[in-house]
Amino acid sequence: MADKKHYDTPMLDELENGPWPSFISGIKHLRDDHENGTIRGVANSLLGQLEHSYETRKGYWKGGTISVYGYGGGIIPRFSEVGDQFVESKEFHTLRVQPPAGNYYTTDMLRQLSESWEKYGSGLITFHGQTGNIMFIGTTNENIQHFFDEVNEYGWDLGGAGPCVRTGMSCVGMARCEQSCCNEHAIHRHLMNNFTDDVHRPALPYKFKFKVSGCPNDCQNSIERSDFAIIGTWRDDMKVDQEEVKAFIAKKGRQYVIDNVTTRCPSDCMTLNDDDTLTIDNSNCVRCMHCLNVMNKALTPGDDRGVTILIGGKRTLKIGDLMGTVIIPFKKLDTMEDYEELVELAEEVIDFWAENGLEHERCGEMIERIGLVNFLEGIGIEVDLNMIAEPRQCSYIRMDGWNEEATKWFERKAEEASA
Amino acid sequence: MALADMRSPIESGCPDGFQYMHPVMRRNFGLWKYHEHPRPGVLLHVAHSGDKIWTVKCGTQRILDTFTLRKLTEIGDKYADGYIHFTLRSNVEYMTDDESKVEPLIKAIEDAGFIVGGTANSVAMIAHTQGWLHCDIPGTDASGVVKSMMDELIDDFKNCNMPNRVHITTSCCQINCGGQGDIAINIQHTKPPKINHNLVGNICERPTVVARCPVAAIRPAMVDGKPSLEVDEKKCICCGACFPPCPPMQINHPEHSKLAIWVGGNHSNARSKPTFQRLVASGIPNNPPRWPEATAIVKEILKAYKEGAKDWERINDWIERIGWPKFFDVTGLPFTKYHIDNWRGSRNSLNASTHIRF
Repeated sequence: MADKKHYDTPMLDELENGPWPSFISGIKHLRDDHENGTIRGVANSLLGQLEHSYETRKGYWKGGTISVYGYGGGIIPRFSEVGDQFVESKEFHTLRVQPPAGNYYTTDMLRQLSESWEKYGSGLITFHGQTGNIMFIGTTNENIQHFFDEVNEYGWDLGGAGPCVRTGMSCVGMARCEQSCCNEHAIHRHLMNNFTDDVHRPALPYKFKFKVSGCPNDCQNSIERSDFAIIGTWRDDMKVDQEEVKAFIAKKGRQYVIDNVTTRCPSDCMTLNDDDTLTIDNSNCVRCMHCLNVMNKALTPGDDRGVTILIGGKRTLKIGDLMGTVIIPFKKLDTMEDYEELVELAEEVIDFWAENGLEHERCGEMIERIGLVNFLEGIGIEVDLNMIAEPRQCSYIRMDGWNEEATKWFERKAEEASA
Repeated sequence: MALADMRSPIESGCPDGFQYMHPVMRRNFGLWKYHEHPRPGVLLHVAHSGDKIWTVKCGTQRILDTFTLRKLTEIGDKYADGYIHFTLRSNVEYMTDDESKVEPLIKAIEDAGFIVGGTANSVAMIAHTQGWLHCDIPGTDASGVVKSMMDELIDDFKNCNMPNRVHITTSCCQINCGGQGDIAINIQHTKPPKINHNLVGNICERPTVVARCPVAAIRPAMVDGKPSLEVDEKKCICCGACFPPCPPMQINHPEHSKLAIWVGGNHSNARSKPTFQRLVASGIPNNPPRWPEATAIVKEILKAYKEGAKDWERINDWIERIGWPKFFDVTGLPFTKYHIDNWRGSRNSLNASTHIRF
């Protein structure tokens, strides 16, 4: 049967001009050249609806409730409000599929996924959506189940959608980065695969995201974008290769090092010596990463590595942007027990929030509402000076438990000293 | 399909990435020593073992059709041992331990129509969302805005001429799925939702919608004898939070949904602590198919940053040093009452000192 007449797309056609690769050309390629008539028809219909959006400056997709057998989420349902005009794409749901930690693929696997998707979907894929999933964009009510069944058999599972634990994200990390201070891979998979039930069956107050960055450069944007941020760091002295320092100065000049390294240190802990070596006051280093970024051959993280954990980051809705707050300043992740403790902490946090969070309230918003101290008591963590930027400024607080709290502090200090 | 025929899912969760990792990366996992940046778009990582791996970063259209994805895999087969890594900003990275393959790889990528760049102090690929192509609440398109902007910023992607890296993001509503960016281009609605009272009662869970409003401007009401919701338009901040749980409260408008530009969001802890983006421009028309007005402002900001910032200063570092009055001066953007924050904690954003540059 001959294909339907192509929708005119004068506005979208404009997006085929210019040097950057065009997604419109890609969709047209599917429309014109794909051997599967369904894909050709869907691409044509999708272009028609998108052109209609461009003309009227409005979106025409509506959500709904769809999942696969046994799960409650993982699908972004999309029904067209103008489906009577653009029939072939009237059901155009996305499957969110969890990528491997770090987003590595073999070309063979990408082709296998493409083939499955061409059998059951539109032929459009994004690596990756902003939550971190592979987005298989555009299929029907019926084919969701078929596509999932097929890819699930060869190792792929759905990610989170709705009020649930969402798909995690982690940086390239130890696989190819000298700055990495933790095994992002192991952290990511230990956490995510402990919570598969909470990923697949949305039953939490709202979304909950884990993100892992190997160092404080935080390439995953975990402090600003995740409820539970795990960031690699170190607590001993950074390593300085003085010969490489000299080589760097010989190449770039002393002025460059003064202007771009020592004077840019936020805690003023670097001294450039007369003999072109660097002295670092490690006790005052805040592990910001700047000098290591500039002089990555000469300066490297120390050997006593672990992670800092911050909780409660999120974007605007509903009370405004929140960054994560330090809850665990430093945690070693060397042994299986260490990883188990990490998972237990995450369980503790999610359980407390699930019980105390309001509907549609992110973990950080709950902390804002009840106060950090109530949250800490809820999850059984002691206060720590690294959790705050500065102590209380307002005197409006009842403090009749002061002596007991001060005693607790000194006891903890004594315990740490004897450990 | 009958229920009895349904297949139970294998809850395998997040797959093991090691099986998909280039063997040189697998072998040197956690054992890398340093990296160099031989040319824009190319990184060289050297391991303690002496192993080397070259990475070539490649910008794409992000919404990939399977033809394009196959083209990318063919390049990977020929020049990168059959492995591909995707970055956070949806770039493709090819890795090889054979230096002689780097130049042919770059050529193959460019011949296939993709763009090599995006490393170090370049303008990185714009992080974006779904927009009109797939989202249920978008005020604008995402892929189209990004395509239009990257056409104009391509030289800044291919070269490393910025003081430090520039991360740009776009978002089609104020939820801001695109995330924080050195420059963020986001929808900003300017009128309250238009309510279809015939539908609210049947479609929306009204208490949920009332609770969703950040300023308590929504209340249940009977309108023309039907249970519905009404909005106190004097209180309404036009954020659109009510629209996702209640589609009959249409917030998007072809004219009144504008673009706003925010700067200085920085996720890194390097130098200063992470920062959120700040409003600098709004009222920009949502003008498909190429959104020229928004791109022009982005280019103006980039030009001022490139001229004014010191090496290694991200946009937030630069503005912190020169002060906001200077930023508005050098970019020529208007400063209005809307730039002054009035949300919770906003007094911390006011100048409570005599630190003033004359």
